[in-house]
Amino acid sequence: MKMTYREALREGLKNALEENPNVFLVGEDVGAYGGTYAVTKGFLETYGPERIMDAPLSEVGFTGIGIGAAMGGLRPIVEIMTVNFSLLALDQIINSAAILRHMSGGQISVPLVIRMTTGGGRQLGAQHSHSFEGWYAHIPGIKILAPATVEDARSCLSYALKDPDPVLIFEHALLLNTSEEVGELPEIRSPFKAVVRKSGTALTLITYGGMLNRCLEAAKEFEKLGKEIEVIDLRCLRPLDNETIFQSVKKNHRVLIVDEGWKSGSLSAEISARIMENCFFDLDAPVERLCRREVPIPYARHLELAAIPQADEIIKKIQEIIK
Amino acid sequence: MALLDHVTLLLNMMRIRRMEEVCAELYTQEKIRGFLHLYIGEEAVAAGVLSLMRPQDNVMATYREHGHALLKGVSAKQILAEMFGKVEGCSHGRGGSMHLFSSVNRFFGGNAIVASGIPQAAGLALAAKRLKEDRHTVCFFGEGAMAEGAFHETMNMAELWKIPLLFCCENNLYAMGTALKRSQSQMDLVKKANAYNVTANSVDGMNIIEVIEKTQIALDFIKREQRPYFLEFKTYRFRPHSMFDPELYRNKEEVMNWKEKCPILTFKGHLLQKNMISELQIQELTLKVEKEIQEAIIFAEQGTWEPIEDLEKHVYENDL
Ligand SMILES: Cc1ncc(C[n+]2csc(CCOP(=O)(O)OP(=O)(O)O)c2C)c(N)n1
Repeated sequence: MKMTYREALREGLKNALEENPNVFLVGEDVGAYGGTYAVTKGFLETYGPERIMDAPLSEVGFTGIGIGAAMGGLRPIVEIMTVNFSLLALDQIINSAAILRHMSGGQISVPLVIRMTTGGGRQLGAQHSHSFEGWYAHIPGIKILAPATVEDARSCLSYALKDPDPVLIFEHALLLNTSEEVGELPEIRSPFKAVVRKSGTALTLITYGGMLNRCLEAAKEFEKLGKEIEVIDLRCLRPLDNETIFQSVKKNHRVLIVDEGWKSGSLSAEISARIMENCFFDLDAPVERLCRREVPIPYARHLELAAIPQADEIIKKIQEIIK
Repeated sequence: MALLDHVTLLLNMMRIRRMEEVCAELYTQEKIRGFLHLYIGEEAVAAGVLSLMRPQDNVMATYREHGHALLKGVSAKQILAEMFGKVEGCSHGRGGSMHLFSSVNRFFGGNAIVASGIPQAAGLALAAKRLKEDRHTVCFFGEGAMAEGAFHETMNMAELWKIPLLFCCENNLYAMGTALKRSQSQMDLVKKANAYNVTANSVDGMNIIEVIEKTQIALDFIKREQRPYFLEFKTYRFRPHSMFDPELYRNKEEVMNWKEKCPILTFKGHLLQKNMISELQIQELTLKVEKEIQEAIIFAEQGTWEPIEDLEKHVYENDL
């Protein structure tokens, strides 16, 4: 059956709420409004205000309440409207959720899931177009998921809810209306491992989230020319699945990383460094990267398009590497 | 609710006082390092409120939390071992003075980001309510924390969502060197709480009996109404903010005046006057406290260092 990314998120949440009475959703406009992106339309009526909690504009406060509720035995899902506003909750996420276990010598567990949309590309200007998932991946103590497919959007939440540690899920806003053919039941495949979305031998293309479809599009162009590009969807940005990355690099010897975040001090830099440390003698060419240009995202369409990696750019870059 | 007898209340304040004095000494001997914030002068607040706490109740505190941890059931041994950085410490040496934790005692820290524990305590209280558990949840913080957004956001949501949380503000008049009058446009803290429709009361935090009476009223209200309650405890810290504080912001006279209201001295005097305790009994208590603390020092001293191979443990539940 065909399903959109939005419907998939909705189904994932529904399953979670139905499976465990201790699961509840708290965030801005998740209830009466039906979800900022209409993901939770009708949930308030179905599950009631105790389980679908419309929070005031208090990102620090309700994230902290989520942490406490998780410590107290509930299974909260905190929804932060978008990654941009998660900056207000950074103290709770980093100074508590991520480190309470370690700081308490292993005594305190924070089994909390935080969901938020991420990414640019909708002409929303610099304050609403951030891509900070790679930045969050810097932090020990949390796990970072970035579902890029409808299937992952549907199934990753149930895995996140089974995890004893805080898990952040980054849902790409541009993907909400994309649709895919999926099976009746959610897939049984851990979201904490990378997946090879398309196999090939000419080059290893490493990406995640909103960039996956563009990379697959680019790979298709090369297929026409008889060149098979291998596309890795990271899915989980922390912990990184070194094994899948290194295996592919050792086989293909050429690498391009496509990351929607800024380049400096980024996830793409981290992956590149790991490849250098572990696969240096397997490389036939320097590891290349395509990232968000180092500017705040501008409003004008043509400028925004130029600031975020697009399929044609990816194609051009691959050509340069495999020429 | 089982109330501790007067002698035990006095004993508990003396335990905190002596442990804190010893911490200061151990700090100058460099046995304890990092930041060290002492609670001396404020003992009646923790000893009073915690006399009403049962093992199943949740307590959240700040970086000035040694006394709260002690009276919530964490042993002086485990507390001192933690400050020594030993693996026998209550946070296995990972936390230090500002991050005492004990999940078995439901003591949730030990949070050194001002006001950060407040929303978390609301979450704990919400969980207890939803899970229909018989627990109080109490959150301690200084008046300085009341300028933080986390405090205001939590007050609002606690009342909005009927969260049964007791907010305990330890108003010692200074946030590091910033006096209340230099940081708050509205200095009446009860009014601040009332602005969120939260029921509130102000307490003489130097008087343990008043602390207990007013806390009991608050807890009864919370239990009956299933809503939050705010208590301001007017108190004073006799020592500098931390071991690095030259105390440029207040004069000796002010400190001397407050020391006359010492919660331990006044309570002792009160008990003696009413013949509820004898000088001999007080001497016995002093010896008892000394024994507990000296044993704790030896325990901490004899504790072991966690092997460096274990450094990366406890980042996730299962090693990645
Ligand atoms: C968010 C944050 N800002 C600043 C500090 C530094 N700091 C530590 S304690 C303190 C004063 C807090 O005063 P108060 O809340 O009244 O508690 P008290 O120390 O008097 O017990 C400050 C500014 C901090 N730890 N956290």
